[in-house]
Amino acid sequence: MSRLLRPASRLLSSCAARPVAARSSFQSNTLPRIASIAARRSYASEGGPKEYTVREALNEALAEELESNPKVFVLGEEVAQYNGAYKVTKGLLDRFGEDRIIDTPITESGFCGLAVGAALAGLTPVCEFMTFNFAMQAIDQIVNSAAKTHYMSGGIQPCNITFRGPNGFAAGVAAQHSQDYSAWYGSIPGLKVVTPWSAEDAKGLLKAAIRDPNPVCVLENELLYGQSFPMSEAAQKDDFVIPFGKAKIERSGKDLTIVTLSRCVGQSLIAAENISKKYGVECEVINLRSIKPLDVETIAKSVKKTHRLLAVESGFPAFGVGSEILALGMEYMFDYLDAPAQRITGAEVPTPYAQGLENLSFPNEPMIEAYIAKMLRL
Amino acid sequence: MFSRALRTNRAAPLRSNAFSKAALVKRTVTTDAASAHADKDSVPEDDVKPFQVHLSDESFETYELDPPSYTLDTTKKELKQMYYDMVATRRMEMAADRLYKEKKIRGFCHLSTGQEAVATGIEHALTKEDDVITAYRCHGYALMRGATVKSIIGELLGRREGIAYGKGGSMHMFAKGFYGGNGIVGAQVPVGAGLAFAHKYRGNKNVSVALYGDGASNQGQVFEAFNMAKLWNLPVLFGCENNKYGMGTAANRSSALTDYYKRGQYIPGLKVNGMDVLAVKAAVKHAKDYATAGNGPLVLEYVTYRYGGHSMSDPGTTYRTREEIQRMRSTQDPIAGLKQKLIEWNVVSEEEIKNIDKEARADVDKEVAEAEAMAVPDSTPQILYEDIYVRGSEPQFMRGRTTDENYYY
Repeated sequence: MSRLLRPASRLLSSCAARPVAARSSFQSNTLPRIASIAARRSYASEGGPKEYTVREALNEALAEELESNPKVFVLGEEVAQYNGAYKVTKGLLDRFGEDRIIDTPITESGFCGLAVGAALAGLTPVCEFMTFNFAMQAIDQIVNSAAKTHYMSGGIQPCNITFRGPNGFAAGVAAQHSQDYSAWYGSIPGLKVVTPWSAEDAKGLLKAAIRDPNPVCVLENELLYGQSFPMSEAAQKDDFVIPFGKAKIERSGKDLTIVTLSRCVGQSLIAAENISKKYGVECEVINLRSIKPLDVETIAKSVKKTHRLLAVESGFPAFGVGSEILALGMEYMFDYLDAPAQRITGAEVPTPYAQGLENLSFPNEPMIEAYIAKMLRL
Repeated sequence: MFSRALRTNRAAPLRSNAFSKAALVKRTVTTDAASAHADKDSVPEDDVKPFQVHLSDESFETYELDPPSYTLDTTKKELKQMYYDMVATRRMEMAADRLYKEKKIRGFCHLSTGQEAVATGIEHALTKEDDVITAYRCHGYALMRGATVKSIIGELLGRREGIAYGKGGSMHMFAKGFYGGNGIVGAQVPVGAGLAFAHKYRGNKNVSVALYGDGASNQGQVFEAFNMAKLWNLPVLFGCENNKYGMGTAANRSSALTDYYKRGQYIPGLKVNGMDVLAVKAAVKHAKDYATAGNGPLVLEYVTYRYGGHSMSDPGTTYRTREEIQRMRSTQDPIAGLKQKLIEWNVVSEEEIKNIDKEARADVDKEVAEAEAMAVPDSTPQILYEDIYVRGSEPQFMRGRTTDENYYY
């Protein structure tokens, strides 16, 4: 999809600008741009970007980390023999064996706590939740046992664990299986939280999460698993990680800053493209990638240029990611804003089953487009 | 605190709380360790020469498990160390009690006075490569795992040199092989199973001891941990410290089955007199051998008693009688019990044991005084925000109360 939206030239330049070298996920992004361009060019003859689904990208990230670090293991419901409820862990059992790819009973609180214990003992678990809706059973272990222990111990007891699974909107599964937990986990000091959108996001952020010595929640989205994205040559390598706390400008523009995450990135890009075609107005679309830490700097720089801010997310509106971005807008960007910052969120309603009602509950491309037009008085 | 004892003996109703009536007729675990004995002639002169002591025949009760040996190999040195450890633990808890009443300790403070034999007995059956994790009544375990009195009391006082640098307080203490100090009732049990998982993953011949109270034993995740531990044969010794009250609720008012050692259902169980440090050591040693031989988990129940309230804010007398407390203190105290045996068996003279008492108290008092003299952490952003994340992996900044107070790493 993004291939259609982005001319090849822009795609190439955005790939080149991205930090790609091997290094730990938490170092600051200081790699010179020149170097990464040079690195790309030297391998140009090998084939360039390839199409990956998000599912394949996640699978590759897991396989590479399992390969390189014997302390890494994956546990969760149906991750092994069933090949993953969403096939993200497909083939890992055959490749790494049942000691490292572990099917658990349906006891989120128990197996999450067990994974936390293994992490406290120095292993590097990847704890898969079939969806984050079920992780509510285990949120105490994530928040109290994983996120707080390093601080409570005065820094002597780290907890290197990755929690991952699909989060947020899914189609036709009604209220209990369609909730977005970004705001819940994003509010906890001690956790890091990432929300990949593209295949590169998925691979680079998951690998960074596994390598990061802190507890990290990787909030994926079920509807993105099957979507294909181009994966740059650098991202196809096993040393590709994306640093946390760095948003990515997916589309540059001068008239409106759209700050968004996960599946809403794709929706916002389509809306921005349509607005551009219809009105010649250019929206800048920022993919947050990581919501804790959150890249205020990139948002502020963009708003300084566009003077308008719109947050697009699909969680419940109250006390959500959108609220946080707007609050940050007030605190850091008020002087640059020409109009009140706005947000598009999920509706304040338990997700209904019937499709027409469901459509009214979450942002979609036409309504994002319409809202942008209204906001900019187009 | 409980000096005004009343006259009537309420032993019978107390027992019926914890043990089934049928079990009373047969051999039962009681907290009375009087029938233990050692052959005086077999007690060697040499402090480190091993000899055997015979445990009380009421030390254990088992569920789907052969009982441990009723003889325990030990040395005079070890017995004296056990005695020292229990006296030091109690002295430290009494210091915490005093400091709390002087309003120098903030928040919650849960003391283990009366339960010293459990932490001490467990430690003497483990190596430093084994793991222990417990709930919030953790001071004794932290001490046994190798923390200093100074660092524990320092933590209670919120000092910079406390064991968690003043960040954890009473309920959150960590040391090598000791994983807290956990404040959410029952949550430490699956975490303890995870510690055992790590031993199995690495192929270590070590165990994890996961402790919880009779109150926590009803938490769902305890049973979830049981299931996975048995399913995967993890070397974990689940341990219910049954002090007969979960906060102010008597065991039989919270638990449909108060035989906590049977609650693993498909996991063998072992009930042990938790007021007898020798029985605890023998039980845990046996259990460790069982688990490290690849037999998987065990559910142990340490029958014990807490002399004080649930925490410092609980006088501990609204849900139990003063005479019950007084009876436990006067007849089943773990320290007095071991003292009596050691003198009876000629392991130590009365003079020697008084010296151990004095030494333990002096050591603790000295460290408590040192802890009181320690500085509190400077109230600076640098100290406030340190260690939220592993050093070097922090975000660029953390938000303060206002943006002006944002802390940049």
